[in-house]
Amino acid sequence: MARQYVTANINGEEIDFLCDPSQTLLDVLRDELQLTGTKEGCGTGDCGACSVTLDGVLVCSCLVLGAEAEGKTVETIEGMADGDELHPLQRKFIDHIALQCGICTPGLLVASRSLLEHNPNPSETEVRYWLAGNLCRCTGYQNIVTAVIDAAKEMRGN
Amino acid sequence: MEQLRYEAPDTLEAAVALLSGESGVTRILAGGTDVLVQLHLDVIDTPLIVDIKKITELREIVKDGGAYWIGAAATGMELMNHPDFGADWPGVLDGVQLIGSIQIRGRATVGGNICNGSPAADSTPAMIAAGAVATIAGPNGRRDIPVEDICVGPGQTSLAKDEILVSFALPARPANSGDAYLRFTPRTEMDIAVVGVGVNLTLDGSGICTSARVSLGAVAATPLLVTEAADALIGTKIDAAALDNLAAAASAAAKPIDDKRGTKEYRIKVAGVLARRAATIALDRARQG
Repeated sequence: MARQYVTANINGEEIDFLCDPSQTLLDVLRDELQLTGTKEGCGTGDCGACSVTLDGVLVCSCLVLGAEAEGKTVETIEGMADGDELHPLQRKFIDHIALQCGICTPGLLVASRSLLEHNPNPSETEVRYWLAGNLCRCTGYQNIVTAVIDAAKEMRGN
Repeated sequence: MEQLRYEAPDTLEAAVALLSGESGVTRILAGGTDVLVQLHLDVIDTPLIVDIKKITELREIVKDGGAYWIGAAATGMELMNHPDFGADWPGVLDGVQLIGSIQIRGRATVGGNICNGSPAADSTPAMIAAGAVATIAGPNGRRDIPVEDICVGPGQTSLAKDEILVSFALPARPANSGDAYLRFTPRTEMDIAVVGVGVNLTLDGSGICTSARVSLGAVAATPLLVTEAADALIGTKIDAAALDNLAAAASAAAKPIDDKRGTKEYRIKVAGVLARRAATIALDRARQG
């Protein structure tokens, strides 16, 4: 079968692309659109490194077909900073050294942003449960949780 | 691997026709959280994937009076965000909330959880205990079956190749009803049930249990409806003796295997312990409702 023609809004821009029907959204982002901020960890939905939002819903892009993005809005890590100005979550991840090797970081940032959109004032427990689908093998999570709570505080304006 | 074809029809009839017309192995795509893993790991080689998410009826969650119709492609997150569902069927929501992560629940569906055919699926025992009835569409029209008749073995369902699960019906609940689902896992999140138990019960005005359904997951080749366990509760005030009988019946019904998540002996024991705990939660909820 011919490649599939897909139009989607990606980080605020209408983008069309061609993909094989078997290509995942993760493959499309990385290999067709060169949006390589989204990482592949497991490819089976266990690690969360490929987290993006699809019509505002946090998903693993490895478990979405590229063809399914037709007509949808996709937000990736590339859309998080405003030009050169980092998102508060990105700044707080740096301030609190919430990363080491960094491969989980884009997924954790996208997942954390989704959390704060749903719950601007999460408890530590709520942060840990929301991020349970994002694995980090370096940090032990403590600094990540601290960074998210600190960013939430700043974003609430106190 | 064969070249894959992706189709996303917007009617059920078109979806059934696509499945009927394909001679090879097919896959229905709802949330994709199992199907795409199978594709990624080369477990399946399919020439056709039919995405059912553009079929409106399959996406809806409808409350009519006290009854619910849940489209087979409604996501776990949509059920969690529904204004009434969690209060009306807290035990079903217990199961849904345990499926994977936030990312997984944003895509995964109860329909897919059941049709994937895992004996350890978290939403299945709660749906069986709830008495859910599944509507299935095929080339010859629609038929209704109890949800416990869908899974017939690990990864196997009773649906024909060109049949599609449309929706689940949950009945209106009498007053003083409660349900609960508990699973045992070493971790609280991102894990697969060692044992799962769903309990649904109704009390009369004097606190006597007038009806009950009990279902076990991960202790046999399919999720089980255990009438002996329900019978241990019916006609009692769900006192200590009734809970002992419930636990014994649940353990007796468990026919598990040994695997990396638990031994046979351990699972048999835990089935009884969890049944008792789930019944206690369901009882508290029934007294409040």
